[in-house]
Amino acid sequence: MISPIPLTINDLTVAYREKPALWDMDLTIPPGKLAAIIGPNGAGKSTLLKASLDLLPRVAGTVRIFGKPYREQRRLVSYVPQRRSVDWDFPTTALDIVMMGTYGQLGWIKRPGKKQHDWSLHCLAQVGMEDYAHQQISQLSGGQQQRIFLARALAQNAELYFMDEPFVGVDATTERAIVNLLKELQVQGKTVICVHHDLDSAPDYFDWVILLNVRLIASGSLAEVFTPDNLRRTYGGRMQTAISHFEKMGA
Amino acid sequence: MFNLLHELFFDYTLRNIALGSALLGILSGVLGCFAILRKQGLLGDTLSHAALPGVCLAYLLTGSKVPLVLLIGAGFTGWLGTLLILYIVRETRISEDSALGIVLSTFFSVGIVLLTFILRRTDANQAGLDKYLFGQAATLVADHVMTMMILGGIALVIVALLYKEFKVLTFDADFAASLGFNTHFLSILLTSLVVIAVVIGLQTVGVVLMASMLIGPATAARQWTNRLGRMILLAALFGALSGVSGALISMSQAHLPTGPMIILSLTAFVLFSLCCAPARGLMWDWIREYRQRGTLIEPPRL
Repeated sequence: MISPIPLTINDLTVAYREKPALWDMDLTIPPGKLAAIIGPNGAGKSTLLKASLDLLPRVAGTVRIFGKPYREQRRLVSYVPQRRSVDWDFPTTALDIVMMGTYGQLGWIKRPGKKQHDWSLHCLAQVGMEDYAHQQISQLSGGQQQRIFLARALAQNAELYFMDEPFVGVDATTERAIVNLLKELQVQGKTVICVHHDLDSAPDYFDWVILLNVRLIASGSLAEVFTPDNLRRTYGGRMQTAISHFEKMGA
Repeated sequence: MFNLLHELFFDYTLRNIALGSALLGILSGVLGCFAILRKQGLLGDTLSHAALPGVCLAYLLTGSKVPLVLLIGAGFTGWLGTLLILYIVRETRISEDSALGIVLSTFFSVGIVLLTFILRRTDANQAGLDKYLFGQAATLVADHVMTMMILGGIALVIVALLYKEFKVLTFDADFAASLGFNTHFLSILLTSLVVIAVVIGLQTVGVVLMASMLIGPATAARQWTNRLGRMILLAALFGALSGVSGALISMSQAHLPTGPMIILSLTAFVLFSLCCAPARGLMWDWIREYRQRGTLIEPPRL
């Protein structure tokens, strides 16, 4: 029986050597939410994504994706790493990168065929990049590269999407494309969890907020959780960021 | 020239040497592509230096100079060096290039000590072990070439089968892991294939120059294409051509050392590609700059 809850985390602790990056964390994300993980630098935002995807060893705790460990649920999950985590001078085309999204379902050794090719083109079109299918990826702008990554995630055809800072360093066109895509995914009943660093835009794009600073500060609907008090607790010494944010909103 | 080509096909010695060098060029060209794209250009250098103590130990233990025995020794210490690097990078704060450097110099030092010890002994049998330093293709016979073909063939088949896996590992290892591919296994496998290339190269180009054999063809090929598949095929071609031409030059001109001649031919390919390849070539940069000198594009009026 598949649980309807996309992500359930219990007592999760992750450490790089002796330094904890996430401390004893409990978290539940209900289905169909657009959730933002928000917190200062070094708060463990990316770590939370990577630990959920079994990319980092856990010191303690469990992560359940639709009620089961990640390794049993890979087909239901898609992952968009930070754009800058790869070398875009890699010799290949936009379409080829998107096709990598089908590799998981293909499994070992089997090569992508016409079906995967057509599906990947369809996914490129969904982010408005169909005209760039055969472009070398280093010739694309930062925003276009980000959309290629999103198309690759779409090609995985998942139920739960983990995205690491998809809005960083993108142009206005791409920002709109991503927002539309998120809304579209939500309409289809998918769940999206994004690491997000921009407090200003967070309330416009997301309806669920996870405030994080090594420990979980708060998690819940935007209206409940995205409060000056909670942000102050999240940003601690860098309180000024949070306060000026609310002054701006009031103004 | 015609005479040389004729001999290439009909002269037993020459044919073996050409075949062996071509094979080495193909294999190191293919694997070099992955190595440089993974920013592990120095890996080949480390592995080949790490192989030297293996050659010496194999000889000391068995007293045999049968290539297969020596190459097994080379493969063993080469592989040990690899695992040591992976371990150092994972378990300490030492960066990968430093780890490569440490392992390279340590293993090579041990190798040189052992080699000196062997060469100073009075038995006549040891003659020729020092060939492994700079390579001597002239010593290749049909048996060696057969061994090289089998090992190289296995390595190439593995690359062909796991092409998709190696590609996604090289571009985005975290993403590959999230798809369920065992990236740790794939990394070790890919490195082990480089060990095979190095072991094959020891007899031909030697320990010291093996690194260029991996980096050279891939670097040259990268200049001509923006597709991984084509890059790999081109690298194999460049590797094979420089292997054969280097070996032929060294044979025809008063037995010049083979390794350096192969590397010099390869360098010619690299330099030509860096200068003349369209889009990425330096020459095209200069031409573009020359054409645009003195002209500034006027910004649009607001």
